[in-house]
Amino acid sequence: MTFHPASAPDYLPIPRMRELQLARLRGIVARAFERVPLFRQRMEERGLDPDCLSDLADLARLPFTTKSDLRDTYPFGLFASPMAEVVRLHASSGTTGKPIVVAYTHQDLEVWTSVMLRALAACGVTAGDVVQNAYGYGLFTGGLGAHYGAEALGATVIPISGGNTDRQINVMKDFGVTAICCTPSYFLHLVDRAGELGIDIRSLPLRAGIFGAEPWTDSMRRRIESEGGIRAFDIYGLTEIVGPGVGIECDCQDGLHLFEDHFYPEVIDPETGEVLPAGEEGELVLTTLSKQAMPLIRYRTRDITRLLTEPCPCGRTVRRMTRIARRSDDMLIIRGVNVFPSQIEAALLQVEGTLPHYQIILEREKGLDAMEVQVEVTPQVFSDEVRVLEGLHQRLVKALDHTLGLRVGVRLVAPRTLARSEGKAKRVVDRRES
Amino acid sequence: MKIHQLSLFLENSPGKAMEPCRLLSASGVNIRTLTLADTQQFGILRLIVSDWERGRELLQAAGYIVNVTEVVAVEVDDRPGGLVRLLECLGSSGVNIEYMYAFTFGREGRAVLIFRFDRADVAIERLRASGINVLGALEL
Repeated sequence: MTFHPASAPDYLPIPRMRELQLARLRGIVARAFERVPLFRQRMEERGLDPDCLSDLADLARLPFTTKSDLRDTYPFGLFASPMAEVVRLHASSGTTGKPIVVAYTHQDLEVWTSVMLRALAACGVTAGDVVQNAYGYGLFTGGLGAHYGAEALGATVIPISGGNTDRQINVMKDFGVTAICCTPSYFLHLVDRAGELGIDIRSLPLRAGIFGAEPWTDSMRRRIESEGGIRAFDIYGLTEIVGPGVGIECDCQDGLHLFEDHFYPEVIDPETGEVLPAGEEGELVLTTLSKQAMPLIRYRTRDITRLLTEPCPCGRTVRRMTRIARRSDDMLIIRGVNVFPSQIEAALLQVEGTLPHYQIILEREKGLDAMEVQVEVTPQVFSDEVRVLEGLHQRLVKALDHTLGLRVGVRLVAPRTLARSEGKAKRVVDRRES
Repeated sequence: MKIHQLSLFLENSPGKAMEPCRLLSASGVNIRTLTLADTQQFGILRLIVSDWERGRELLQAAGYIVNVTEVVAVEVDDRPGGLVRLLECLGSSGVNIEYMYAFTFGREGRAVLIFRFDRADVAIERLRASGINVLGALEL
C-alpha cells in the first residue's frame, strides 16, 4: 500500500481537523454573508452575523440552503465571486423544472481535483492504472471531476465519456483498462453487452470500478463484483457541493469517508430540521468549507444516511457515512402508503437472488393510484415451461405485497426492453397527473 | 435420440412472435416446427430449427434469452388412435409429460409429436421397446 501525499488530510488527528474546520467555517460564512444577498438576508432575519460562530456546533443555528434556492436564483444568484474569477460552470440537467448552475474558481477546481485524487487513491488506484472514464463529459460534473482527479494522481486517463457501449468494451479490452469510472447501472449494461459479444469482462485486467451518481444497493454490488470480476467502490458527490469526490469508500468497503476538511457534514431530522445525535439516521446536510465561487451553507442533500463514529480499520480519521440507500424525496406515496424504491429492490432480490432490471410505473386509474413493477426476465429465471414463469410471477407479487403492504401489479417483460440510460437508471415513471 | 428445442420469452403484444422468425429466416435457419404457449401477459415461443446452435447464437446476439431444452420427437400414424397407442405404452412408466405439440404436414400419413418429458431417457426406451419410431434431428 502506497500513500499519496495528497491524502494526508484523510489521516489528520481529529482535534486538529476540528480546528481546521472551525477556522474554514468562519471564513466561508463571512464570505457568503458579504457576497451572497440571499444568505445575508436570511442571517439578518435571524439576528445572526458571522461572528456568532464560536464552536462548530453553532453551525446548527444557521439557515439551510435548499435546491429550490439554487433554482430560484438561477443562473448566477448564489455566486460569491465575480465572473472574472469564475473559470468553470457546470449545470445539473434538472429532471424537474429549471436546471441549476454551479461555478468554480481556479482554487475551487484545485480543491475538487485534490478530493477526486484522494477518492481514487482510497480505492487503490495508483499512477500505474489505466482509467476508463465513462462518466459523461460536459455540463455534468462526473466526467471532468473524475478526469482531473485521475490525471493528477498520475494514472493514464481514457476520456471516453458515456455511451457507445461497443466501443467502450473494445477500448477496455485493447487498452488494458484496470479501473473504470461510471454509473453502476451503466457498468452492468457493459457487462451484459460484453457477454452478448462473447467477451467475459472477468478475463480482462479490469480490477476496480468507482461507481456513483445514482443510489445502488449492496446486492447490486455483489452482482457487479461477481460478474465483472472487480471490486466495486461507491463514490458520493453532488453537483451543488462540488460534483463527485465528496465521499468515497476505502478498501474496507464499510461506509464512505467524507472529505470533511472541505465538506462539513451534519445529519438532521428531515421533518424538524433538528441536528440528530451522532450515529442516528437522517438527512445529510453539507457545508462547503473552502468553496470560493459558490459557498453553500447547510445545504440539504435530501440523501438519507447516518455518520459512523467508530474509527475505520484503514486508518483514515475522516468520518464515514453509511451508503445512501434512499433520498428523503424519492419516497413515493401510493394510495396513501409510503413506498421507497429500495423496498421494491429488496423484494425482487429476495425472490430472484440477484437484482433484475426493473421499472416502477405509476398511473392513475379511475382516480386511484396504480403501481406496476415491470421486471425483465433474466436467463437465470427463464424457463420453457409456462407454470415456472407463472410461479415466478406469483412469488414476485407476494413478496412485493408482503414488503410494501400494498397490492401492486407485476409484469414480466422481455430482456433489454426497459430503458437503459447511458447515465442514470430510470427506476420510476410517474404518469399520474400532478 | 433427443432433439434440441429453443425457447424464447416473448411479451404478449402484436408482432412480437414475428421478429425472431424473421431473424432466423434472414440467416437461412429453417424453422421445422414451432408452438407458442401464451398467457395473458407473456408467451413462450418454442422452436425446432434446422441448426439449433446457429439459431441460438443469432437469437442471443439479438438480445433474446434462449433456453435450450431436449425434447423427444416421435412419429405415429396420422389416424384415429395413433396417439392413444403411444400414450398407453408410457402409461405405467411413471414418466410425466411436461408439454407436447404435434405437426402432421408433409409427412405422408404420419404425424410427428414433440414431447417434453420429465425423464426423457426412460420415455425413449419405453417407446422404442414398443416399436414406436423416435426421430433424430436429421429425420425431422
